[in-house]
Amino acid sequence: MSIVVCVEQRDQNLRKITFEALSEGKRLAVASGKTLKALLIGSGVAHLADELKKYGVDEIAVVDNEALAVYTVESYAAVLAAYIVHETPALVLLGHSAIGKELAPRAAAKADCGLVSDCIEVSSADGDYLFKHPIYAGKAIGSFKVAGPTRMATLRPNVFPIEESEGAAGAVVDFAPEIPAAKVTVTGSEMSSGDRPELTEADIICSGGRGLGGSEGFKLIEDLADALGAAVGSSRAAVDAGWREHAAQVGQTGKVVSPNLYVAAGISGAIQHLAGMGSSKFIVGINKDEEANIFNVADYGIEGDLNKVIPALIEKLKEVQ
Amino acid sequence: MKIVACIKQTFDTEAKIVVGGDGQISDEGVNMIVNPYDEYAVEEAIRTKEKDGGEVVVVTVGGDKAQEALRYCLAMGADRAFLINDPALVGADSRAVSVALAKLLSDKEAGFDVIFTGKEAVDDGAAQVPSQLAARLDLAQANVVTDCEISDGKATATREIDGGSETLELTLPALISAQKGLNEVRYPSLPGIMKAKRKPLEVLSLADLGLSADDVASKVELVVAELPPARKAGQRLTGEVDEVVAKLVQLLQEEAKVI
Amino acid sequence: MEFAYTDEERMMLQMARDFAEKEVKPLAKEVDKEHKYPAATVKKMGELGLMGVSVPVEYEGSGMSNICYAIAIEEISRHCAATGVIMSVNNSLACDPVKIFGTEEQKQKYLADMASGRKLGCLGLTESNAGSDAANLSTTAVLNGDEWIINGRKIFITNGNEADYSVVIAITDKAQGHRGLSAFIVDLDNPGFSVGTVEDKLGIRGSSTAELVFEDCRIPKENLLGEVGKGFKIALTTLDGGRIGIASQALGIARAAIEDAAAYAKERVQFGKPIAKLQAIQWMLADLSTHYEAARLLTHRAAYLKDQGQPFGKEAAMAKLMAAETAMKAATQGIQILGGYGYTTDYPMERYFRDAKITEIYEGTSEIMRLVIATNILK
Repeated sequence: MSIVVCVEQRDQNLRKITFEALSEGKRLAVASGKTLKALLIGSGVAHLADELKKYGVDEIAVVDNEALAVYTVESYAAVLAAYIVHETPALVLLGHSAIGKELAPRAAAKADCGLVSDCIEVSSADGDYLFKHPIYAGKAIGSFKVAGPTRMATLRPNVFPIEESEGAAGAVVDFAPEIPAAKVTVTGSEMSSGDRPELTEADIICSGGRGLGGSEGFKLIEDLADALGAAVGSSRAAVDAGWREHAAQVGQTGKVVSPNLYVAAGISGAIQHLAGMGSSKFIVGINKDEEANIFNVADYGIEGDLNKVIPALIEKLKEVQ
Repeated sequence: MKIVACIKQTFDTEAKIVVGGDGQISDEGVNMIVNPYDEYAVEEAIRTKEKDGGEVVVVTVGGDKAQEALRYCLAMGADRAFLINDPALVGADSRAVSVALAKLLSDKEAGFDVIFTGKEAVDDGAAQVPSQLAARLDLAQANVVTDCEISDGKATATREIDGGSETLELTLPALISAQKGLNEVRYPSLPGIMKAKRKPLEVLSLADLGLSADDVASKVELVVAELPPARKAGQRLTGEVDEVVAKLVQLLQEEAKVI
Repeated sequence: MEFAYTDEERMMLQMARDFAEKEVKPLAKEVDKEHKYPAATVKKMGELGLMGVSVPVEYEGSGMSNICYAIAIEEISRHCAATGVIMSVNNSLACDPVKIFGTEEQKQKYLADMASGRKLGCLGLTESNAGSDAANLSTTAVLNGDEWIINGRKIFITNGNEADYSVVIAITDKAQGHRGLSAFIVDLDNPGFSVGTVEDKLGIRGSSTAELVFEDCRIPKENLLGEVGKGFKIALTTLDGGRIGIASQALGIARAAIEDAAAYAKERVQFGKPIAKLQAIQWMLADLSTHYEAARLLTHRAAYLKDQGQPFGKEAAMAKLMAAETAMKAATQGIQILGGYGYTTDYPMERYFRDAKITEIYEGTSEIMRLVIATNILK
């Protein structure tokens, strides 16, 4: 039996989460004696197979069809479900990205599989798998089992380490299921401007909150983010005040992120915010209130005026880089 | 127009989570609310009705207590409500819930034009029911929607995607899952609360829907829930700004190794 | 005996709590600091039916119980006692007397406006020489043809600076003492009316406390509320109901102080542990919570009796007495628990302290409450 990773590509570029899912898929395949397969869906994407081989994939099923040039959840889920029915894998992995979090459940319903979303750990034992998924906005961690034969999971970005792996065949096969007529058309899209990384896949995030005092205050955060190559996030307070788009909000009612480094400036650290960034590997808190809750979770806390600390930090970063 | 809003009753987002001796989350003494994202769905449903006429039907799967959540939606301005309540649905996973909802909406309450849901529930954070329901009803869907316009048998929806947004045009009937920002949720007015008492709220068992317990068997089981390890406070860097900043950069390079 | 909320009470609680959290709390500091009447909030409260909670639907009220009313006032006052009193005065002191004593025409004309929140009401009772001794008025109303002519000055009138209508108590027959008082509905858009001094106060600074000045203020004959000579009874009945509102306002303040103090005590570390671990703090919070719950039961019982059409004057006095003293004590000890921080304006505790004090004074001082209670149990 196999473990299948459903590859995510956008404009023919593979997303980082795919490498994370392949790496985790490989570890689980080795641990549970399965082969690792990748399902690559799109139009003109066959050449991406080479890149996937680096992760120890035994077989890459390519569904290359002009009708799949633009992603819609309907068409991609139909393909994924058809592949699951065709392959009956033990486990199917996707990223818990905007695409994965809708594609997986739609395909799960079509193929009648159980699915655990947003996993932070997957382990195998006795021919079964155990999935850990934060529930209640991270206030608890649930361990889930899924009735077979095929189990599905989406993996939280930035949690599973990327590892390349050699020695697998990497055979490319074509798969050509029927693709349903679309009831949806994508009439436009708008990507956020700038070169900053996307929030949920960024290694470093700099976030600002009420302490910035206004939307102009975010200039400081943006400068710091650029000095660090980081994405820009925001607390709910700053979004509610209209200083930042909701898309930048980190927390219970915003994005859940797990970067290597999370810098929280002028953010008090309300429980709702911690729910969105508590799994960051390192947290830096900058706040003028010595009692701010952020200091209870920060690895490095700086009590002080962010208008002084951040410019000095930017200077220092420029010095050492 | 027949407009459906699917909701879930969830813990108050402020609720403290307690794991019982059985390894499951205890709901004892917890204040229950309408899942916040589902409130956007109900609001959008009511606004759509106010604009185009028709009726708003609110549906949920849950226990007796979930009637309170439905009444709240009726007080906001929905017209009718259904609670699917059956012992076989205790601990139901997204599969079971979506099968039950799909049956209601394809049979007894067929003929809807649009279904609104929240983008996810704040308790299980799974975001599965909207997509599973759309799949089972073979509907076009738009998820994580921040702007929505319905006219001429079509829905135009702007939704969040990673790193940006996209606009979709969907042929009705369709399913729209709501993200914060879609609208501003109204408070139920006091007269609305009084009227809600007299609006129809029907409780349905699986048998009423023509389903068996096997039809809604869950595939996903919560084996055990645990509280996450508490994050410990690290070190406080003190001193003059220049010293503090130098120290931080050094720690980020040498200890955390993140830059 | 039933202690569970009904469906409507629970929804009311949830809605009012939500509204207070999202719409009232963010403005509370500014409302207090700038002495700013929260006009936009009051308008929203009107749209939601909060300005005429127990007024029948046919007069554009919400047709809800007095228990619902008490719940709503507490939730609003939890975050802003000034907004709470604006609401309480409109509901209890302006809508209620018109609802109970008004003619059908008066209800259609005035009650609907106030209950819907389109217009704001107040009660003109207190004068410089008639505070607790409410019968010792000097404002007069003289019938002249088809008009009453009112002359006099009312002081300390909550909502006085913004109100559109006032229920006014005035002397119609000096010789009759308190039986010579009558009540009137006055449209304040009247050339014979002006606002005098607007007080600068210790607390509830977002609500106005103003002087109403009547100088040959002519109002239509039909604006007499109830019968001639019944003014004192109308005033007392109105105040009885008002006390449920003020008790609820005090409950809101008390709960604010207790909740904030408890939250702070859990976070504030001294001597290596949160101060909530110290028995001295625990006992304060335990006592305050007990007083709060007791006062709340009294308040809801008074509201229940009023809903049942039973006498509730004694119970309302008990509720207000206990709730007001609990609010004052909770805010005093709340500051103590927060220590130096509690004394600064960085935390709202000092505002709760300033706001709490008035609940021991207006709509009957604590001394008058004891007098009412004593008179009831000794009669």
